[in-house]
Amino acid sequence: MRIVKTGTAGTLESSDVMITVRSNGTDGVQIALQSIVEKQFGKQIRATIEDTLKSMSIDHAYIDVKDQGALDCAITARLVSAVYRAAGIEKIDWEAL
Amino acid sequence: MPDNPVNHEIPDEILSAFDRKLFSGAYSNTPHIRIDKGNRSLPRLNKIVDTIEQVVIKTGLSDGMTISFHHHFRGGDKVINMVMDVISHMGIKNLTLAASSLTTVHSPLVGHIKSGTISRICTSGIRGELADEISAGLMDHPILIHSHGGRARAIETGKIKIDVAFLGVPTCDVYGNANGYTGASACGSLGYAKVDAHFARKVVLITDTIAEYPNTPFSIHQDQVDYIVVVDQVGDPKGISSGATRLTKNPRDILIGSLAAKVIACSGYFEDGFSLQTGSGGASLVTTKFLREYMEQQNIRANWALGGITAQMVKLHEDGLIKRLLDVQSFDQEAIRSIGENRYHSEIDASYYANPLNKGCAVNKINVVVLSALEIDTEFNVNVLTGSDGVLRGASGGHSDTAIGSGLSIVVAPLIRGRSATVVDQIKTVITPGSTIDVLVTDRGIAVNPRRPQVAEQLRRCKLPVIPISELKEKAQKLAGVPEPIIFEKKIVAVVEYRDGTILDVVRQVQA
Repeated sequence: MRIVKTGTAGTLESSDVMITVRSNGTDGVQIALQSIVEKQFGKQIRATIEDTLKSMSIDHAYIDVKDQGALDCAITARLVSAVYRAAGIEKIDWEAL
Repeated sequence: MPDNPVNHEIPDEILSAFDRKLFSGAYSNTPHIRIDKGNRSLPRLNKIVDTIEQVVIKTGLSDGMTISFHHHFRGGDKVINMVMDVISHMGIKNLTLAASSLTTVHSPLVGHIKSGTISRICTSGIRGELADEISAGLMDHPILIHSHGGRARAIETGKIKIDVAFLGVPTCDVYGNANGYTGASACGSLGYAKVDAHFARKVVLITDTIAEYPNTPFSIHQDQVDYIVVVDQVGDPKGISSGATRLTKNPRDILIGSLAAKVIACSGYFEDGFSLQTGSGGASLVTTKFLREYMEQQNIRANWALGGITAQMVKLHEDGLIKRLLDVQSFDQEAIRSIGENRYHSEIDASYYANPLNKGCAVNKINVVVLSALEIDTEFNVNVLTGSDGVLRGASGGHSDTAIGSGLSIVVAPLIRGRSATVVDQIKTVITPGSTIDVLVTDRGIAVNPRRPQVAEQLRRCKLPVIPISELKEKAQKLAGVPEPIIFEKKIVAVVEYRDGTILDVVRQVQA
């Protein structure tokens, strides 16, 4: 999958996360994380994002994460949506998800 | 010879036998009496001082003294910042600030702490920037956190000696009769301020509305008041209260509230004539709403309700479902209206409410209380002061007072807030000991303190989802994950006093 534009998913509601994905050329995966639980869960949030990107074979992307205390499942779902949008993919293979 | 208006002889033995001094003129021993007679309706006989600066001078406030404020204007309070700016400008240092509570609008106090004007703080609660700064080690002396009842006890027993109380009041007359339910900045009950007015060495009222004498019925009375200052505005009505505390639409709060109401209805405490206190939090308000349905179905009326009075309580009162309201703090516009209008909606002071050492406080008579929690551990100890990041952001309030006083104390809380578990192995700060908490109601199940097996049995019989609190903790952990531990410095930033005056816990500085 290739990032061709900016894709966003999520909201700034409590317990949600807003994730924006855009291309950064070939600079690897860059994560800008702002979280209300950064101290307690920062490491876990980064790990979740990195694992999800790896599973989608994304090696280069700038990921902006504004977290309001989302659970891992919500973070993964928002990230996958944002990546699909940033890759310009409209037909989603739901079975594969 | 005797100075007696009719020249009767008064022997010295009489004076010594009665331990009295001889009459020395009608005006000489009563400085407040006006010597020149005249038209008494003219506001000449008054206590009004032109400015806050002048009143500070008159009170004799000096370095190292203790000043007090109340928090009935909540987020709309203008008095604390206004008075502190003046005191700070006058160069007085090293004061102890004894406020009944502090809110997010009090962040300018950070500057007064840095300048040395304030060196110690006692309060029930603390939030916002001020709380963040104190958690980060702003002050040399830890702040003291007390409960509402604990504060009343400390003031009555002289543990907190207030030199000057600066009490904002919505209206007062020229002689110092003040009430809270009239005027543009109406806040309802003045329950916390009443204690200060009674015990402070000097009492200054600050108002934006001078009422006709006598401003009856009054909460603070003329015999307690030294000076009055009139200012433009004591509070911002929008911050003092919402119109009517609105019921939440959050489905999780509605679920918790409905479960809590069922817990009360099944607990064995739900009988005609019972009494209750509920808070102003989302789930707590919903509890009141659902409880109404049980009351109507089963034809049960409450004799009285206590607390923090809200629109929900007023509605129940006016509809005849709660006979009497005892009000130490009025949370919304409806409660403020009601305390002015309803004969049996009575104002009570903080000592009557919850002072553990007086001859009988109201919390001791309450049947059921519904409380909140930021965190609760598997021993039912509750934290309502520090967040999951260890930073000060709450208030002790009447939590520990009502928990121990009530027949049944119920904590309502979502199992997870954001990503932070509410039920945990170790809470950051203890405000209320677990031995005084009976039931925990969450959106994922109900836990009953093992010391109340009969209550657990009753709830099970009603098919309520009662599970061990350790299971709730595990559920929360599974959903949220295990947080990295918060790292604290050695420095203590706050000391938690239990309502009886003993030290229950300390809060340490959070590592940056």
